[in-house]
Amino acid sequence: MLVIWMGVLLLLLGYLLGLYFFDSGTGGLIFALILWVIMSLVAYFQGDSILLAVSGARKIDRDDHPRLYNIVEEMKIASGLEAMPSIYVVDDPALNAFATGRDPKKASVTITSGLLQKLNRDELQGVIGHEVSHIKNRDVLLMAICSVLLGTIVILAWYASRVMLFGGMGRTRRSSSGGGGSGQIIIILVAIALMILAPIMAQLIYFAISRRREYLADASSALYTRYPEGLASALEKIAASPEQLKTANKATAPMYTVNPFRKQGMAASDLTSTHPPISERVRILRSMAGASFADYAVAYREVRDTSKVLIPAAAVTAAGTVALRAPQPGVPEKLEEVQRARETSNLMWNLNDYKTITCKCGTKLRLPPHFKLSPVRCPHCGRMNPVL
Amino acid sequence: MIIAVWIIVGIIVILILVFVGIYNGLVRLRNQVKNAWAQIDVQLKRRHDLIPNLVETVKGYMKHERGTMEAVTKARTLAQQVASAGPGERAKAEGELSSALSRLLAVAERYPDLKASQNFLALQEELTSTENKISFSRQFYNDSVMKYNNQTQMFPSSAVASMAGFKPGEFFEVTVAAEREAPKVSFT
Repeated sequence: MLVIWMGVLLLLLGYLLGLYFFDSGTGGLIFALILWVIMSLVAYFQGDSILLAVSGARKIDRDDHPRLYNIVEEMKIASGLEAMPSIYVVDDPALNAFATGRDPKKASVTITSGLLQKLNRDELQGVIGHEVSHIKNRDVLLMAICSVLLGTIVILAWYASRVMLFGGMGRTRRSSSGGGGSGQIIIILVAIALMILAPIMAQLIYFAISRRREYLADASSALYTRYPEGLASALEKIAASPEQLKTANKATAPMYTVNPFRKQGMAASDLTSTHPPISERVRILRSMAGASFADYAVAYREVRDTSKVLIPAAAVTAAGTVALRAPQPGVPEKLEEVQRARETSNLMWNLNDYKTITCKCGTKLRLPPHFKLSPVRCPHCGRMNPVL
Repeated sequence: MIIAVWIIVGIIVILILVFVGIYNGLVRLRNQVKNAWAQIDVQLKRRHDLIPNLVETVKGYMKHERGTMEAVTKARTLAQQVASAGPGERAKAEGELSSALSRLLAVAERYPDLKASQNFLALQEELTSTENKISFSRQFYNDSVMKYNNQTQMFPSSAVASMAGFKPGEFFEVTVAAEREAPKVSFT
């Protein structure tokens, strides 16, 4: 497990810095552990609310958007989650979604209004399936642990390097033992090397874990929906849209369906990305012969041309064979898009407490929450409408 | 002599512990099956509740599709009659209802006025979603039954199962003959 490697890296760094500064490896070890525990506690108890507050998400109920609620409920049933996640919507034209909740019983799914407007039912189901699987597989917790580990390593290395540069060097070291000179130098050199390398290595491990969980979430989404094409075509739509998410930052990036910082046309298949390249994810999903984990594993190996094992063998055999389903019958795409746009804007008006008055001529008047003037003149037909 | 007695007592205690462990495992699996079945039941009931509404909404628009609508109503009545029966029998009735419903929805595609109606759109969404929830919960149920049945049939848990009277569960298999009938077009 890659997480363990990150932990080992942290402990190693703490130990060596301890040896260097306090002449005691255990002291450094304990210091690193205490720092890590404190940061973990903050992330554990505040993480969800911080993330949701930062992104400006609004909670919605069943009646606000029945289709979205239904889709989340479908995915909850398909994944076998115990409790219904709460649903949030961010008013943002960018196309993205994320999941939060360290505890699958108290999780939430957040999507942007842009996504709600652009995706049809099958596509939305694919994206929600991806997010719900992040909850089901406890990825939120895993990524929180990883990012806290990463943060601790970075902070430790940073402070140590400052101390070493501006003063630590002047400190008289325990040289009375005399003969230990060469050993001391080796420790110092390793400590310095680790101080520089540890943050970089931790970052790379972190990215690798994140990408791996994304593939797993794609595979789970295909299994839950039994329709990988839904997620594939949603990913294509997301890739084609030019908007970037306004509220994302580097810390929250791994929580999203697609990397919110991707640049247009860039093939980010390198080591420094939280998400696998979209084109590759789409190709894997499209070349699946069935909807099971085994099918995804086969497609993954074909497309990536590796023999790497992505999904644990136990999970592959347990799922058995699952057939693909046919697409959901729907109205023509053009017509539906107009409806979806209307639904979504209605939802956003309502969420922002705007009042809606329908005039006799059919015009809908939207009034801001603290609008006091009554009656209001309809700009279309000139009738006066009382504000209730 | 005394040692032999203790050994025998020890073996008996171990056997009892193993028995209890296997028994509890079987109970847990059986409860999971029951729970999964309850989930299907909720969705099937929801579908039964939606149908009168649907027929009422559709009636005004589709005057010439009396047969299709009646088929749905009849299939619903039949499905409700076997609502307390076992999974096998219910699956058959519900399968009939599924295909009658999808035929009705396919026919509805030909009525633009109907498809523009907000009421119908909301109902269609509810029906589609209920249909999905049925098939997702069915999948979960069948997985649970498979696990439970494996335990009741494999040694050593099969011995405990037959002693304590655990019966194998029944799968919920819906076999829909014609998923969707193509809309008939006649020029006479």
